[in-house]
Amino acid sequence: MIAIKNVSKHYGSFQVLSECSTQVAKGEVIVVCGPSGSGKSTLIKCVNGLEPFQSGEIIVNGISVGDPKTNLPKLRAHVGMVFQNFELFPHMSVTDNLALAQVKVLGRSREEAVQRGHQLLERVGLLAQAEKFPGQLSGGQQQRVAIARALSMDPICMLFDEPTSALDPEMVKEVLDVMVGLAQEGMTMMVVTHEMGFARRVAHRVIFMDQGRIVEDAPKEDFFGAPRSERAQLFLSKILQH
Amino acid sequence: MGELDWTSIPGALPFLWAGMVTTLEITLLAVLVGIVWGTLLAIMRMSGVKLLSWFAAGYVNLFRSIPLVMVLLWFFLIVPALLESLFNTPRSADTRLSSAMVAFALFEAAYYSEIIRAGIQSVAKGQLGAASALGLTYAQAMTMVILPQAFRNMVPLLLTQGIILFQDTSLVYVSSLADFFGAAYKVGDRDGRLVEMLLFAGAVYFLICFSASLLVRRFQKKVAT
Amino acid sequence: MGYHWNWGVFASPVPSGETSYLGWMISGFETTLALSLSAWLIALVIGSGMGVLRTVPNRWLAGLAAAYVELFRNIPLLVQLFIWYFVLPELLPAGLGDAYKGTNPLLQQFVAAMVCLGLFTGARVCEQVRSGINSLPRGQKYAGLALGLTLPQTYRYALLPMAFRIIVPPLTSEFLNIFKNSAVASTIGLLELAAQGRQLVDYTAQPYESFIAVTLTFMALNAIVMSLMHLLEARTRVPGSMGT
Repeated sequence: MIAIKNVSKHYGSFQVLSECSTQVAKGEVIVVCGPSGSGKSTLIKCVNGLEPFQSGEIIVNGISVGDPKTNLPKLRAHVGMVFQNFELFPHMSVTDNLALAQVKVLGRSREEAVQRGHQLLERVGLLAQAEKFPGQLSGGQQQRVAIARALSMDPICMLFDEPTSALDPEMVKEVLDVMVGLAQEGMTMMVVTHEMGFARRVAHRVIFMDQGRIVEDAPKEDFFGAPRSERAQLFLSKILQH
Repeated sequence: MGELDWTSIPGALPFLWAGMVTTLEITLLAVLVGIVWGTLLAIMRMSGVKLLSWFAAGYVNLFRSIPLVMVLLWFFLIVPALLESLFNTPRSADTRLSSAMVAFALFEAAYYSEIIRAGIQSVAKGQLGAASALGLTYAQAMTMVILPQAFRNMVPLLLTQGIILFQDTSLVYVSSLADFFGAAYKVGDRDGRLVEMLLFAGAVYFLICFSASLLVRRFQKKVAT
Repeated sequence: MGYHWNWGVFASPVPSGETSYLGWMISGFETTLALSLSAWLIALVIGSGMGVLRTVPNRWLAGLAAAYVELFRNIPLLVQLFIWYFVLPELLPAGLGDAYKGTNPLLQQFVAAMVCLGLFTGARVCEQVRSGINSLPRGQKYAGLALGLTLPQTYRYALLPMAFRIIVPPLTSEFLNIFKNSAVASTIGLLELAAQGRQLVDYTAQPYESFIAVTLTFMALNAIVMSLMHLLEARTRVPGSMGT
């Protein structure tokens, strides 16, 4: 589904990503973790072309992201993305947030889009908030709406960029529950997160990044059993101390 | 139209230079008086004394709601008549330059006072409490703690307003005072080379203002870091 | 000072007898309104377009917009007006220039003043639009793109609606400025409000009444525009944002 081959990226002389390679199979859930500044957010933004990269190749569903001829909007329409700060459009009601791209990108009628949107709102438990504006919702509710918004495009895979790090602790669970549900249904997911409990529950593989490199890429059991690199061990022990 | 002909410019340079001196005189005086009077207005506006803050608010709103051209016309009309009745100055005396200076200084003070008020308020929020906790009086806190910081932050804005003022002084044209623009217009009109002189004047203003705003931006970056 | 106040002057007929001095003032007011509103339209359209260009990931387009701003911000309004009015018709190709100079001089004054004020103010609007867009979180653009919207669609539906809401207050002061700056058009002979006021002084020897009337009209205009913009600000406020 997603293949990342030798991807490198630099800003001037600062190397953000170097020679990153991995792949995500259909139905697989991959957790990407690592200290801040390790390049994990940048890597996930490269997957749908939000961040350009200088060398290497990323293939999503058979289409090369870095190819200048690729129709990026078309590709992105099928790759859902959830952001750290939700990024709902504040001037639109929840319903309109969900309907906008369905109408403008997929060409659905407004009725169809609203109906699909409301189905997904019900699924994340927020149908009652459909006519509210993002600013009137809690952080956890906003993030659930953002997940529903991404799902409304019927994506073939989902990218999560630290979906719970901007949330108050008591709201993390409601968002993770939605994500666990998705994983259990077989959605292909690439998740940048520090929530190791989530990784233990649903991840198939864990990728550990440090200083722009993929240091470890192992099945969940191996990663939590005995991470091979010292840095991953150190990282895990720090995370667990929280 | 025929070819552009720039030959009337070299001969007119001394006259244009004299005009530029007038422009700079008006600008500098208006900046200095405007900042001093604007600071006083800002302090009056923020003072607890109702009468003073009403006066300052009324003054600022009045000047900010009428066109500069109108203010200049008022001053060219009223100041000479007032001077005449107060000091018995002879009618023939040319008071246009002093009228212009007074008009610009009073007008700009309204704009400066708003910049300064915003600057003081942004510093005062936290610092006023800290200063009074140390036992400083309001006046001491203002002069020793708040104003020095506020002015340092405001310098770029005050300078930018100065550049705008420098451009606005060209409006003394309405009194046919020979500032830089007035001088350029007069030469162009006299030699039948208005097109060239207007383009020349535009280019000179652009060079001066553009370089000045580049300097302000560089200064701003330096202050910010 | 022995000044003889006479507010009745506005009711007396002008020398040609076809209207009263009040009629002159009203026609000046109408010209000021027409000039300011049409110039504001130009400023909004050009300023928004250029403001967007300043933020797009294309060096040439962003540079073009930056050059526009610098050019129109660093030359005095009066000089720009004289260049539009006196210089530009001369620089047009001969046939076109002569045709333009053959049109109604009043129209020429109005067009020059409108274009001049519009582009002058457009440069300021451009900077406001740019700072409005730049003040939005970077993620908003990402979110629009990640949904499959094109860059123009992302601007149209996600970025600009918020950016414009944010910049209503600074745009209000630019809108007010355009009314005030329109008085500069009196220097090329356009009979807007300030010019009519000056004409009244020449004809009636009642300078104070005339100037007070013009000044008060500008102040009233200022107050009306300000309250209209406050209304707009309240109408477009996003539920759940600060202040609600």
